[in-house]
Amino acid sequence: MAERIQLTKKDRFSVAFRHQFLQGSWNYERMQNGGWCYSMIPAIKRLYPNKEDQIAALKRHMAFYNTHPYVSAPVVGVTLALEEDKANGAPIDDEAIQGVKVGMMGPLAGVGDPAFWFTLRPILGAMGASLALSGSIMGPILFFVAWNVIRFAFIWYTQEFGYKVGTEITKDLSGGLLGKITSGASILGMFIIGGLVQRWVSISFTPVVSSVEQATGAYIDWSKISSDAEGIKSALEQYDSLGSAGLNQIKETTLQANLDQLIPGLAALLLTLLCCWLLKKKVSPIVIIIALFIVGILAHLAGIM
Amino acid sequence: MSFITILLIAVVALLAGMEGVLDEFQFHQPIVACTLIGLVSGYLEEGIILGGSLQMIALGWANVGAAIAPDAALASVASAIIMVKGLGGATDAQTVIDSAIAVAIPLSVAGLFLTMVCRTLAIPIVHFMDAAAEKGNFRGIETWQIIAILMQGVRIAIPAIALCYIPAEAVQAALEAMPAWLADGMSIGGGMVAAVGYAMVINMMATKETWPFFALGFVVACISEITLIGLGVIGVVIALVYLGLKESGGSNGNTGSGDPLGDILNDY
Repeated sequence: MAERIQLTKKDRFSVAFRHQFLQGSWNYERMQNGGWCYSMIPAIKRLYPNKEDQIAALKRHMAFYNTHPYVSAPVVGVTLALEEDKANGAPIDDEAIQGVKVGMMGPLAGVGDPAFWFTLRPILGAMGASLALSGSIMGPILFFVAWNVIRFAFIWYTQEFGYKVGTEITKDLSGGLLGKITSGASILGMFIIGGLVQRWVSISFTPVVSSVEQATGAYIDWSKISSDAEGIKSALEQYDSLGSAGLNQIKETTLQANLDQLIPGLAALLLTLLCCWLLKKKVSPIVIIIALFIVGILAHLAGIM
Repeated sequence: MSFITILLIAVVALLAGMEGVLDEFQFHQPIVACTLIGLVSGYLEEGIILGGSLQMIALGWANVGAAIAPDAALASVASAIIMVKGLGGATDAQTVIDSAIAVAIPLSVAGLFLTMVCRTLAIPIVHFMDAAAEKGNFRGIETWQIIAILMQGVRIAIPAIALCYIPAEAVQAALEAMPAWLADGMSIGGGMVAAVGYAMVINMMATKETWPFFALGFVVACISEITLIGLGVIGVVIALVYLGLKESGGSNGNTGSGDPLGDILNDY
């Protein structure tokens, strides 16, 4: 019996490296097919020594393919295992390989999108951005390094996992693991987005809803403060006990302060829910964004914000 | 701008454009792209701040399936170049950054249009790859794949280089001519725009099961002492605990009568 042809670790790594360029030739006809075929080349070169088999393999891998670019890695792994068996004489036809690819890409894309685009990237992006807003270079570095370490570790280990487990993986996938990851990522994602809406959507209503003349003692009587260090000390002591409301005799309450007493960020929450509703009504996000700028300008001119 | 600066900007733009389609290394994300443009043009800190602000807006922008989101690559690169042009003038840095954010929005639409053109042009490219596959020509497939990626890079690099040749005085004059109410209004609008990105994420993940966690996240975030990392930890713990409880609940549910008190009494 001839010795079994196997993919070396270097071959598999080379496939994983190329797989990072999966979406490079993304097209409206067969989507990620070109990048997929490009990724498979090192394996095809290793497994099929003669030209006809190479041509058949290349054509086989130019078929329609589209999934999330990272969770595509286990599909690559399984396909490598199948190709290896086929090269060693197992009766695996083109349809079987395409069937495995198509069968895995749908459910996996359903995990990749919430896990990477809607949970991990908003979290890392928001962490990086909140540092960056103060001009700190740590923000971009944190985002870039953390993302790429997680990303490459993920694509390499899941590809190896797919390669070792082979088609058995489809059993694992249907066994509820994918469902659990999706639901865990969605829960985490929704929790974080809730927090981000509160922290980062800023709306501030400026109209003054009430101005009350405060009783003596509830505000700092600036005429009685002497203009030396003692005076400053006394003013600060009074401020400490009275709070910012004690700075002026007239206590002004803005609409925003009233809303914040209900719950800080209420207006931001309502705006976000309005956007959700508009998006569901198929209003383009671009239209909403431009409308918000116009609303911002008009509301500022009208003195509301 | 010196020739070297323009060259470096073109390299950053090329990387951002390629990443706009690859979505791997994240050079197209504003926090990375704006920082790099700032770095090569000598306005690092302003670049980081612009990047951070735009990142907050673009958090939810993602290509899902065949649907393509507003293009972060052109928005970040072009608005950062415009910001760099505007910074030498009399207008203060914050106003320049705010204006750059406002400019980024229409740019993201222009970028979206360009990427759609490139994704259509990629159709003949994969047909060339088919032809190469027919002949068993590995090198042919590799070359066309690389050409396709470069095409996406050039999509951003050309507008970026063109912007570099706009005289800085023109950008500065436009910024100075802008009335304060317009600048303030746009910065108020910019504060609200992040809601759209979050709404896109929410619509993707919202189910009856996940809405309560959104409410929880919102309320917990009101405690300003908890940092984002803290929120992340709380979120992970809640997700793990929820999944764990759900699983054990599911397995008990088969044997229990649906009446917890009754079950306890029966066990006595």
